[in-house]
Amino acid sequence: MAYTEALAVSYDHPFTVIIGLETHVQLLTESKLFCRCSTTFGEPPNTQTCPVCTGSPGALPVMNAEAFRLSVKTAVALNCRIPEFTKWDRKQYYYPDLPKGYQISQFDLPMSEDGWLEIADPLNPDDVRRIGIIRAHLEEDAGKSMHDEAAGKSDTRIDLNRTGTPLLEIVTQPDLRSAAEAKAYLTELKLLLMYLGVSDCNMQEGSLRVDANVNLHIETDGGKIATPIVEVKNLNSFRAVERALTYEVDRQYHEWCDTGRKLGDPGVSKQTSGWDDAAQRTRLQRSKEESSDYRYFPDPDLVPVVVSPEEVEAVRQALGELPAALRSRLESQYELKAYDADVIVNQGRAVVDYYETLAAASGDPRRASNWLQQDVLRTLNEMSLTIEQFPLTAAGLGELLKLVEQGDLDNTKAKDVFAHMLAHGESAAQAMKSLGIEQVDDSALETLCQELLDANPKTIADVQAGKMQAVGALIGQAKKKNPNVNPADVKRICLELIARM
Amino acid sequence: MTLTELTALELLREMEAGSATAVEVTTAFLDQIERHDQQIGAFLRVDRDAALARAGDVDRRRRAGEKLGPLAGLPVAVKDNICVAGEPTTCASKMLEHYRPPYNATVVEKLLAADAVLLGKTNLDEFAMGGSTENSALGVTRNPWDTTRTPGGSSGGSAACVAASMAPVAIGSDTGGSIRQPAGLCGVTGLKPTYGRISRYGLVAFASSLDQIGPLTRTAADAALMLETLAGHDLHDSTSADAETPSFTQSLDQPLANLRIGVVREHFGEGLDAEVEASVREAVRVYESLGATVVDVSLPHGKYGIAAYYLVGSSEASSNLARYDGAHYGYRTDEQAMRAELDAERKAAVQAGRDPEAIDSPLVRMYRRSRAEGLGDEVKRRIMLGTYALSAGYKDAYYVKALQVRRLIRNDYDAAFQQVDLLAGPVSPTPAFPLGEKTEDPLAMYLVDLYTVGANLSGVAGISVPCGFSSGGLPIGLQLQAPPLAEDRLLRAAHMFQQTTDWHTRRPSL
Repeated sequence: MAYTEALAVSYDHPFTVIIGLETHVQLLTESKLFCRCSTTFGEPPNTQTCPVCTGSPGALPVMNAEAFRLSVKTAVALNCRIPEFTKWDRKQYYYPDLPKGYQISQFDLPMSEDGWLEIADPLNPDDVRRIGIIRAHLEEDAGKSMHDEAAGKSDTRIDLNRTGTPLLEIVTQPDLRSAAEAKAYLTELKLLLMYLGVSDCNMQEGSLRVDANVNLHIETDGGKIATPIVEVKNLNSFRAVERALTYEVDRQYHEWCDTGRKLGDPGVSKQTSGWDDAAQRTRLQRSKEESSDYRYFPDPDLVPVVVSPEEVEAVRQALGELPAALRSRLESQYELKAYDADVIVNQGRAVVDYYETLAAASGDPRRASNWLQQDVLRTLNEMSLTIEQFPLTAAGLGELLKLVEQGDLDNTKAKDVFAHMLAHGESAAQAMKSLGIEQVDDSALETLCQELLDANPKTIADVQAGKMQAVGALIGQAKKKNPNVNPADVKRICLELIARM
Repeated sequence: MTLTELTALELLREMEAGSATAVEVTTAFLDQIERHDQQIGAFLRVDRDAALARAGDVDRRRRAGEKLGPLAGLPVAVKDNICVAGEPTTCASKMLEHYRPPYNATVVEKLLAADAVLLGKTNLDEFAMGGSTENSALGVTRNPWDTTRTPGGSSGGSAACVAASMAPVAIGSDTGGSIRQPAGLCGVTGLKPTYGRISRYGLVAFASSLDQIGPLTRTAADAALMLETLAGHDLHDSTSADAETPSFTQSLDQPLANLRIGVVREHFGEGLDAEVEASVREAVRVYESLGATVVDVSLPHGKYGIAAYYLVGSSEASSNLARYDGAHYGYRTDEQAMRAELDAERKAAVQAGRDPEAIDSPLVRMYRRSRAEGLGDEVKRRIMLGTYALSAGYKDAYYVKALQVRRLIRNDYDAAFQQVDLLAGPVSPTPAFPLGEKTEDPLAMYLVDLYTVGANLSGVAGISVPCGFSSGGLPIGLQLQAPPLAEDRLLRAAHMFQQTTDWHTRRPSL
């Protein structure tokens, strides 16, 4: 709400933004939804097809049970109800990349419905927004048309490799109130899907595709009016979603100011547009009034799927720890701030595992959190590595942090040791040795401090007069005499010695 | 007796005993086809060389003492809506005239695994839509008993080739009676098994929830042999029945004690030819004489069967046939001519001050013309009917209502089978009708399925066996129906009848 109000400040009429998202998620199966062909991306055209994918006369679909299992897993994690009986329907339309002339999908009895996903309010991260999920249903993907328009040609080539790839379509209620919320929802959804292991969510390869429905509820003197709904299709990055929605909100407001057209007016129907990333604007694709009649009916080639409550319960039990629960556990178990827990969880399960090992090995979960976020994640980013590829094990890094924790190593030196460990693959102890950093034991340090105090009576006097920081002058001298001394220890021992005088 | 007069079981015995080779058997049928098929038109394609090569291979393996399949050396004709890899599978449509599927139907795989010899592909009504095989885009099939008459349909080619001794057995498909009706009109035995008993994988779909593959044979015993070879759950067809396949040939001779036969009251009403009625009633008396009890039963919703069938079947067909759009395979209109035509229309539109873009896009025009030119009238009629029945605003009144009626019809069958073991009645209202008689009147043609569609709508098993002749010398069929998966009972009853009568042994003189 607050975001919308902030946005609407520069407009003459206050309004609420209404957004609903349809997300197509490609499920991580080895084979297609209704045949055994591979789903590998990027193979030469039409090499991953069989009579079922090409819609050859007489071929029949047979459901991939793994795809169904992954979709149940996702739906359960989205708090959906899983009906005991679900069926397949045909959605009829003509298109060259749809070889059967219909798509097998789910219409009136989807495999799940009525769930929700919680996201952090982008303006008040401590507030939670619950976004309703209308349904998630399974369907097969279509093929790909490649238009060759070079040199006046109008050839279209069809690649059916993608045909039959399992897609889970997740449809939200129109609960999102800003582009930022839409992005937050998608970010959280993607994270959830990654934790579940049901999709690789690779947007470049089309594993996650988003359509957004958006309009405005504008408050006018004559009461609240709604602008015509626009569906923005095939948004293939979160940035595109955010920008397209921001653009569309502004466009709809100004169109309303110019034309006064509103939802429900004669001749006003839902419009479809696409996001032009180069021009940073949406473009209308269809404005003609078209009531799509897909002539859905139950696919007689496929038997309905019956799912027992026991099976759903078994899936629920096996879900594992999901992001929301993980965040609150990290906060309570390691006393992390919400922000820090969020950063770690958002990196994925492997980073969380790394963190937990590091926290235990270092003996200081918060120091572990800082090091992970600042040093480890920065390094991963710089070197383009995943945590699995990171050369330092959590246990190995934990040893280093433990030395810092015990006061055997100061932070500055620890960073040097860290860099050396990374560069040479050495343990913390080996790296310290290589760098000539030795631990100075307390008796040697006491001797050193006594010598310095003897040589600096003014410092003693200052401290005795209450100026504790005077000891600072000795630290530099101590480091000159022995580079390995820990400044904190020098300070502590000097103060102790003076106190005993 | 010549080889072509023998049943499948007799031929197999001859070959096993060494008194005939597979090459001799195959040659005999190929020669019969050469002599008579110009007159009958049962086959769309016969590959003599391939059939003989395969028969020769069976003989060689037999001589080598190898274990052979249960149909070793038996020639089989296959309806041309069943896919054979690399061979034309036309569905008797211009649309698929040059189409060669990349894979074998499961039934074809099973025939090959059983060492049968594929003789050729038989004619049918286009995409199996019709009751007379006159809707074939590739030629008419004639009834071997009277070549001025139809063989029935849609498996008219399969029925005619068995009747004319051009094949000992043929494979057909039955969506509303398409095996039983031509079997009845041609005087052969035609079995429509329980829905799902034989895999549909590779059967070019007409109406998926009704389509069923089955054999056309000379005897019930041969039908039992074919069924036990072809039946079984198929991982490629999720609607195929996950039931064990009994040895139908083994149980065939066991007598059916205390058999209760139901005579369907509604099957003896208006429109039934008097000679057909007399023959069927006589057949029922044969069963009585064999100790069966005859019970009067009712299938009250049967009168809605034709309507429900044409709504469900056409709805599914409109969807199943959408793929024939010229984009991926099959017939495509001449693109240059199509472009020229469209350009001319657009030009005319501009001159007339109309929007040229309101006319088709080239893609839509390609779809339109390919379908207009590639599909026949009856197919178009059913696609339009089905498209209408499924469209928004009409679906509940037509498609959904038809599904409800379908359930009532199935309930009727369930209730009837509480009382009786089998139902007996006519296959079709009249003997074979003259070619051309009903082609101008689709509704009259639809009524030939009156007694058979119930089995498809409800999924039960049915068989047609010869039970007499009209005064004009045309065969008359008796239909027996049994509950789902009770084919053993159905085949035993049909066999019992054929042990007592000799209608099934009569052959037309060609």
